[in-house]
Amino acid sequence: MSEMSGAAALMTALEKEKVEYIFGLPGGANLPIYDALVDSKIRHILVRHEQSAAHMADGYARIKRKAGVCFATSGPGATNLVTGIATAYADSSPIIAVTGQVALPMIGKDAFQETDIIGVTNPCTKYAFQPRHASEIPEMVKKSFYIAESGRPGPVLLDIPKDVQQQVTKMEFPDYIKVRGYNPVVDADLSEINKACEMLLKAEKPIIMAGGGVILSGAFPELQALAELLSIPVVTTFKGKGAFPENHQLALGPIGMHGHAEANKMVLEADCIVAIGARFSDRTVGRFDEFGKDINVIHFDVDPAEIGKNKSVNAAVIGDVKSSLRSLIKLIPKNFRTNEEISKLWLARKRELVNYYEDSIKDYSREITAKKALKKLRELLPAEGIVTTEVGQCQMWASLHFDVISPGTFFSSTGLGTMGFGFPASIGAKAARNDVPVVDIAGDGSFSMTENSLAVSVLEDLPVIVFLLNNQMLGMVAQWQRTFYNRRYSGVHQKNCPDYCKLAESYGAQAFRVSSMDELDKAIKNSIKSDVATVIDIPIDPDEDVYPFVAPGTGLKDMIIGA
Amino acid sequence: MYILSVIVENKPGVLFRITNLFRSRNFNIESITVGITEKPDLSRMTITTVSDVKTLEQLVKQLQKLIDVIQINVLNKENAVYRELALIKMSAKDPTTRIEIANFATIYRGNIMDISNETITVEIIGTPDKIDAFKNLVSGYGILQVARTGVSALPRGTIDDDL
Repeated sequence: MSEMSGAAALMTALEKEKVEYIFGLPGGANLPIYDALVDSKIRHILVRHEQSAAHMADGYARIKRKAGVCFATSGPGATNLVTGIATAYADSSPIIAVTGQVALPMIGKDAFQETDIIGVTNPCTKYAFQPRHASEIPEMVKKSFYIAESGRPGPVLLDIPKDVQQQVTKMEFPDYIKVRGYNPVVDADLSEINKACEMLLKAEKPIIMAGGGVILSGAFPELQALAELLSIPVVTTFKGKGAFPENHQLALGPIGMHGHAEANKMVLEADCIVAIGARFSDRTVGRFDEFGKDINVIHFDVDPAEIGKNKSVNAAVIGDVKSSLRSLIKLIPKNFRTNEEISKLWLARKRELVNYYEDSIKDYSREITAKKALKKLRELLPAEGIVTTEVGQCQMWASLHFDVISPGTFFSSTGLGTMGFGFPASIGAKAARNDVPVVDIAGDGSFSMTENSLAVSVLEDLPVIVFLLNNQMLGMVAQWQRTFYNRRYSGVHQKNCPDYCKLAESYGAQAFRVSSMDELDKAIKNSIKSDVATVIDIPIDPDEDVYPFVAPGTGLKDMIIGA
Repeated sequence: MYILSVIVENKPGVLFRITNLFRSRNFNIESITVGITEKPDLSRMTITTVSDVKTLEQLVKQLQKLIDVIQINVLNKENAVYRELALIKMSAKDPTTRIEIANFATIYRGNIMDISNETITVEIIGTPDKIDAFKNLVSGYGILQVARTGVSALPRGTIDDDL
């Protein structure tokens, strides 16, 4: 036991948890923590807005598969984190948010910069701690990481009053902790795996729906083994995009509101769906009452509360999906051959649908369209390059036209749909993997929200590429107004402001504005080699829509293929 | 009606986390009571809810996810002892009324807690049905104020738990 301040204990505990980066911004209520940071080996990344700190920690976590850490002061600093925390919660991403709080005697007195951040974040954190004495800090830090990273991951908040940060006391750093009411399931019930296996072996037209859980547990080899063993086509939810190589012959790509037409169609024709780490969100399945009504549904998930929440299922395998899939694969008889005749027909149907929709979905005639630009990016970006997206049309074009080849190299704000997420998250991802190029597929609307992170990317030497599909619009809202509100545009024009190249250059980043596919080609090649942040401004037609899509409130069968 | 008997950590903020879950997930609470258990670091919450089986299942699973929740038992009328306490104040200006109410209270094994020239207050302990029945019986006299505690419950017989 050694004697130190609460703030020093926090930093020591974070070092013991092998934290490499902290994304944050100081203020009055976390000054003791920032003082302790001076003596720490952990690298601090100063952000320009706390929302971006949470997104950077989130992006880091999604690539590293380990909790990311962000710091903010009390009051407005803490509330600025909330969007980032809610984003991480919706996508089950582990982050630890450490906020300063006013001193204990001031709590409840409406003190300067006081907010009840534990109350504010209650619905969007897995748990929140507030130490009342410095000696509690080491154990709380250890519990925070354990809770954030285990089971279904998620954000944890640690709110430390200023006087508790300053308090000097004897500190004990536990090697082992137990949280009485928290027992994340690890090993699934073998009888349910048996049941799932029997159903799957009997199925004539099975389909796998892989979700974010596959990525969170790193179950890529197991998923691929299962699909190949039984020749099952794989669709992904949007969060599951990149759980399965999208150039694989069994890959159908994403389903849902902005999924591939052939993937949606194939799901409707299946007789058995294996949902793996997927939660049947409304964006994925359309209407709950229509989806998978007359077919067998097998659900793999680590979170028992997901079973039957949106969709009742015929078999439920609760546990870490990686180990559950391993057990399932072991149960498949070595000499098992799917009914080849039937299997051939099913795979032939897949090829038929892929070809049909490839021909029926037309691209726009301009030299540069979002679709062509994204295909070009795919062509030039190495397979292991990391891609994140903003929210809106750019996100859905990325879903449709950018194939993820190396599993786990793509992520987006899929649950909360947070504009401004992609750029800071890509900086966090770069911190986690500085050996590969990182690209944020952006729209001008979202980029405007967190563009000040250019300062961070440049000054902290975490260079990323902003692939800006610029239609001077809040494009997805404009598309909905075009489609559902008779072209009555309201609040969607951004009117060419600012000049994103000048903006980027003023931060010390490099910038290209491209007006032909040739220029785009050169700009992408240049920025992949570059060691400074790059913005590629790609003007596109404001009228370019995302197709296909499924209108809200309808089912997958009501997919709209084109204008 | 379902009765959930929930063992939780006895610390500040836990009741808020639980009631906030009900609100944010659109679940219904009929009544909720909290008190310390035989172990000082644990509280028992008794929550009654009117919902269908599917909603109940989701409710239990979502509650189970809360880190401060240690154990949940779903009880029903057959496998539980459950009681509620109610204080019912009635208008009773003439002596005959007061005697009548006192007689009814005796039949319901209630106690007279307070009598004034104009009012009489009765304490009734029992199942919510019994309290409702008494309330209906005396409603004609003019009920002035009611305070009910909500249900407290324990499972019947011995149960295995290692808390």
